[in-house]
Amino acid sequence: MNGLLRIALKLLLNDKGKFATLVIGITFSVFLMMQMTSMFSGILYQSAANIVNVGARMWVMDPAVQTPQNSIPMPNYVLDSVRSIPGVKFAVPFYVGAGLVKLNDGTYQSATIIGLDDASLFGRPTIISGSIMDIYQNNAFIMVKDANYAKLGSPKIGTSFEINDHRAVVVALAHTPVPGLFGLPTLYTTYNRATQDLPSTRYLISYILVQPKSTQNIAAIEQQVKQLGYLALTDQQFITRNDRFYEFQTGMGTNILIMTLISFLVGLSIAGETFYMFVLDNLEHFGALKAIGAKSGELIQMIVFQSLVVGFLGFGFGVLLSSTMIAIAKLKIANYAAMVTYENLFLAFIMVLIISAFSSYIGIRKVIRIDPFDVFRG
Amino acid sequence: MILTATKISKSFGEATNQTYALREVSFAVDFGEMLYIVGPSGSGKTTLLSIISGILRPDDGDVVVKDVDIWKLGSDALAGFRLQTIGFVFQDYHLFPRLTTLENVAIPLILRREPWDKSLTEARKTLQVVGLAEKENLPPYKLSGGEQKRVAIARAIVAQPDLLIFDEPTASLDGDTGRKIVAFVKEHILNAQRAIIIVTHDSRIYEYATRIIRMEDGRIVPGTGADHEK
Ligand SMILES: Nc1ncnc2c1ncn2[C@@H]1O[C@H](COP(=O)(O)OP(=O)(O)O)[C@@H](O)[C@H]1O
Ligand SMILES: [Mg+2]
Repeated sequence: MNGLLRIALKLLLNDKGKFATLVIGITFSVFLMMQMTSMFSGILYQSAANIVNVGARMWVMDPAVQTPQNSIPMPNYVLDSVRSIPGVKFAVPFYVGAGLVKLNDGTYQSATIIGLDDASLFGRPTIISGSIMDIYQNNAFIMVKDANYAKLGSPKIGTSFEINDHRAVVVALAHTPVPGLFGLPTLYTTYNRATQDLPSTRYLISYILVQPKSTQNIAAIEQQVKQLGYLALTDQQFITRNDRFYEFQTGMGTNILIMTLISFLVGLSIAGETFYMFVLDNLEHFGALKAIGAKSGELIQMIVFQSLVVGFLGFGFGVLLSSTMIAIAKLKIANYAAMVTYENLFLAFIMVLIISAFSSYIGIRKVIRIDPFDVFRG
Repeated sequence: MILTATKISKSFGEATNQTYALREVSFAVDFGEMLYIVGPSGSGKTTLLSIISGILRPDDGDVVVKDVDIWKLGSDALAGFRLQTIGFVFQDYHLFPRLTTLENVAIPLILRREPWDKSLTEARKTLQVVGLAEKENLPPYKLSGGEQKRVAIARAIVAQPDLLIFDEPTASLDGDTGRKIVAFVKEHILNAQRAIIIVTHDSRIYEYATRIIRMEDGRIVPGTGADHEK
C-alpha cells in the first residue's frame, strides 16, 4: 500500500475511540436500513405470493384491483370474450377467496380458498403427498403445507372439516414456492366447487388466467381486454402494481421509507460528526504534513481513504449483522417476512458512499484551509 | 550561496491596524553555515523563517534557494520544494501522537514516496544518530521534552535536506538540555553540504552560531551578521 495511505490508516486505527464510534455508527445505520428495506422487500414478495405461485403469464382483472388479495368478480362473458381475442392461446377462470373453516374441535379459522379451472387445473401447486387427480373427488381440497398448515390442525390425507358449512376432505398435500403474507392457510380446489360452496356475489370469476401464444401478442391482448372494460397484466406488471399499492397507497410503504431515511440520517450525522471531530483532532498534524511538503491532493487522498475505510467496514458489519438477524428470525418465526435483495444491498451501499463522501467533504474543507504558517507559528 | 533573500516585505492585517512584520529584509546564507536570527519577540523572526522556507508568501521581495526563485513556483511545486530541500523543526515539534517515534521520523521519506520499509530503515538509522534508537516503538508523548526535540530533529534530517530550519529550538527545554541539543546539531548535523538557520532569543546558545543576524522591528539591525557575534 502507498505509504501515505498506510499512515492515514494508522492515524485512524490508533484513534480507537473515534474509529469504533465511526464504524459502529455506520454499522448501526446500515443495519437499520437493511432491516427496514429487507422487511419491506419480504412483505412485497410475500404479498404477491399468489401471482408467483400460480405462474400464469397474464392476468385479467377488474381495473379497480390493486393486489391479488382483493379480487373483484367478473361476469362469465368476459371469459368468452378473452378467449376469442387473437393471440390468446388459452384462458381459464380462476377463483381466490376466503373461506371460514370449522375444525373438528369446534374452533374456526379463516383460510384462502383457491379454485383451479376444472378442465386444466392451470396454476396447480406441487403435490408432495397424494394425487392431483383426487381433486375431482367429492368435497376434495388440497392443503398447502406451509407455515400456516398447523392452523388447520395439521390435517392428514383423509382429514375432514367444514368450509362455509360444507364438508371438505383433504385429499392431498402440496407445496408452493412463496409463502403468503397474511398468515392464512391455503386450500386448493376446483373452480366449480369453490364457486358452488362459497357464498359469492352474482359474478364468480376472480381472475382470468391467460396464456398468450407468444410474447408478441401481449400488448395486443392488453389492448383488447382494455376495450372490454377490464385490465390485463403480465405477471410482472401485476407484481409491480401490487408493489406500488403497498409502497404508496398504504401507510406501510411511506413509513418504512421514512424510517430508512431516518436510519440514513442517523448514520450520516454520527459518522459526519465523528469524522469531523477526528479531522479537527488531526488538523495540526495535517498542517504539519502540509508544511513539511505534502500536497493538498495527498491530504485529500488520506481523508477520502479514511472515510472509505470506515464506510466499507460499517457496510460490511451492518450487512452481516442484519443478514444474521434475518436468518435467525426466519428460523424462529415461521411467518417472518424479510429478504435481503441486491437492490437493498445496493441502496445501503449508495447510502454508505454518501455518508463517506459527506464526511470526506467536511474533512477536506477543513484540511484545505489549513495554513501551514499557523502550524509554524505554533 | 544556498539562500539569498532580497528585499523581503510582509505586513499583516488591513488598512488601519496593519502591522509591518518585515520591511525590505535582505540577507544570504552559505553552505556550512549555522546562522542565528535573534531579536526580541515580535521582531519578525518567525515570519522571516516562514518566507524563506516557502511557507508564507511575502508581499514583496524574492527568495532564491539553490538557484530556484521559490515564490515563482505554483503551490504543488512549492510543496515539492519544501519536501526535497528543507528540514523543519517546528517550535512545538508537531509530532504525531498516534504514530510511533520511528514512523514519525520516517514521514518526510514517506512523503517522498520512498518505500515503507526503506523509510523505516532510514528513520531507524537517524534515530541512532540522535541517540534514541531504543525508543523507536514508543509514541512521542512517552518521551521527555528533550527527547521529543531530538525526534523532531531526526525527522527534519532524515531525508538529508540542504537547509535546516529551527524555530526556537531551546524554548520549553531547560538550559542544559537546550545547550546539549544545539551542540549536538552543530557537531553531528552541520556539514559543508548544508546550512542551518536557527531562530532564537536564548543567549545561552549564541556560542554555537557561526554568524548571528539581529532583528528589530521587522528589520535587520545594520552591521549585524557581518561577522561572528558573541
Ligand atoms: N498571522 C498574523 N496575523 C497578524 N499579525 C501577525 C501574524 N503573524 C505575525 N504577526 C505579527 O507580525 C510581527 C512579527 O511576528 P513574528 O514573526 O512572529 O515575530 P517573532 O517570531 O520575532 O516573535 C508581530 O507584530 C506579530 O504580531
Ligand atoms: Mg517567533
